[in-house]
Amino acid sequence: MTTQPRLKTSAMIASLAAEGQPTTSAPFGHALVEAAAADERIVGMTADLGKYTDLHVFAQAYPERHYQMGMAEQLLMSAGAGMAREGFIPFVTTYGVFASRRAYDFICMAIAEERLNVKIVCALPGLTTGYGPSHQATEDMAIFRGMPNLTIVDPCDAVDIEQATHAMVAHDGPVYLRLLRGKVPRVLDRFPNYRFEIGRARRLMDGEDALIISSGLMTMRAVEAADLLAERGMHVGVLHSPTIKPLDAQTILEEIQRHPQRPVYVAENHSVIGGLGESVAALLMNAGVHPEFHQIGLPDAFLDAGALPTLHDRYGISTQAVVKTLASRISLTHAS
Amino acid sequence: MQPATHRVIAPADIPALRRHAYRIRRHALLMGEVQGQGYVGQALGIADVLAVAYFRAMNLRADDPEWEERDRFLLSIGHYAIALYAALIEAGVISESEIENYGSDDSMLPMSGMAAYTPGMEITGGSLGHGLGIGVGMALGLKRKQSHSRIFNLLSDGELNEGSTWEAAASAAHWKLDNLVAIVDVNDQQADDKSSSVLGYEPIADKWRAFGWTALRVDGNDIATLVEAFDSALESADGKPCVIICDTLMGRGVPLLENRDKTHFIRVDEDEWRIALKQLDDTYAHSSDAAGSEHS
Repeated sequence: MTTQPRLKTSAMIASLAAEGQPTTSAPFGHALVEAAAADERIVGMTADLGKYTDLHVFAQAYPERHYQMGMAEQLLMSAGAGMAREGFIPFVTTYGVFASRRAYDFICMAIAEERLNVKIVCALPGLTTGYGPSHQATEDMAIFRGMPNLTIVDPCDAVDIEQATHAMVAHDGPVYLRLLRGKVPRVLDRFPNYRFEIGRARRLMDGEDALIISSGLMTMRAVEAADLLAERGMHVGVLHSPTIKPLDAQTILEEIQRHPQRPVYVAENHSVIGGLGESVAALLMNAGVHPEFHQIGLPDAFLDAGALPTLHDRYGISTQAVVKTLASRISLTHAS
Repeated sequence: MQPATHRVIAPADIPALRRHAYRIRRHALLMGEVQGQGYVGQALGIADVLAVAYFRAMNLRADDPEWEERDRFLLSIGHYAIALYAALIEAGVISESEIENYGSDDSMLPMSGMAAYTPGMEITGGSLGHGLGIGVGMALGLKRKQSHSRIFNLLSDGELNEGSTWEAAASAAHWKLDNLVAIVDVNDQQADDKSSSVLGYEPIADKWRAFGWTALRVDGNDIATLVEAFDSALESADGKPCVIICDTLMGRGVPLLENRDKTHFIRVDEDEWRIALKQLDDTYAHSSDAAGSEHS
């Protein structure tokens, strides 16, 4: 009997790209450099994680506009608020865990309460590192959704991140963005009509057997899963909702009601508590719309350390896991 | 359209500053009387500091509180709002007629200071440990804009408990923010007990110096000393931020409250507001007579 070799955790931020998948390196950093060329108000600030949030690209291009604030996230947010008060547009970067857990009060009272123009860009959303709970921001959206005035964006890929960076500059007010960094897959290129807009959900694929409403990297998974299920004759629609707050209620309700018999799966790289799934559930309850409803997301638990492919399978957010979840349900429906 | 001339607040001399401090105390007591409560102990204690800041150190236009070239005063300690409102009324930024609305529904003068409510209130305070960090960001922003404006941040001895205050202190020295002046009100009183009992704060000046600041420690109820301290803070251009540590007496100027057991929230009974005002008037009349005779 042979045993499978055990996978290694790899680097802090493991690549999410499948082999052969097109990627863009540091899409946020490059998009910010481009935006900064057109808008002198943009400055970059980080709490000792510039290299790990792709802000180093900006720092190299505009050293005079880059502020290394040290490993002090409370200061980072307060100083970002101060910069915004003086008319600048600070992009402040750290990890999602530190922004949401450590600096909450500073984002809430120094930034959000006064609707200041600070863009909070944070790496390692959900389960995108195998380092364990200290680095996995599995409940950041749950924490931030209760904060008034704060826009929350969970982009899918490099295309989303590039467009969202420009959209954040154009948007007047505080934004929290869940950043994928390093070599980031490009998947939305295949949908030529797709355009990221704050507050807008977009239908990427149509299908009458099930609907996946997703954000962040789970939209990559949803698209891959829909392709695989289509090969088996099951047609799954995918609605990408990269803005978690404010939620695009109208598009989501319209899409669900277009085929009211479809089971709805809300898929997110986040705890099933307090993220996109519960946002959509509340929306549906309030609207009196009651489709068959399921959540695909991370369990309400401190997650294991390990290799990302292992963990994504273990917690049900790998493409194969999504395929399995939907296939069992759809074949059940088809059989009945 | 800009008015042809602005109401610029010209630097005042010591007798005028004493009068401003007295009037700031009076506005605060009148606001306290409206509510039947308020942080009047702190307001009376910090009035001299505010008088020197607003009528000597800071560059302001009374009719244009958002003037780009103004100096910015950040009140971290939101519960000191009653004191800052009194100073803003005295400076003519807020109308004296607002006193009767203090702490009432839909008033521009809420109990805890918030930027959106009140002209001249730069930040929303109240969650302690925020002001100095915001000040660091604003001071960096001002330097980016090559502005000569300065940031003043009033914080409390209790606020020195907050780790974020020290994150900001380290950062201000790192960035050589000589356009940032911190003012620490040391009245040795925080919410639960004496500050020195809650979490010992000494040696304050040494701590700030170790963080790379120029630190001055003065009697925060002595106008002449405060003038020297503020003048010297503004003259220094050595690439260091400056902190003025002010030892103050809660209730200063009103013997009834000076002698009362100190608590975070000093109790004032309904019939005592008029007595307090009378005592304040008497104290001021006596001190100006004394000052007058010194100079005669």
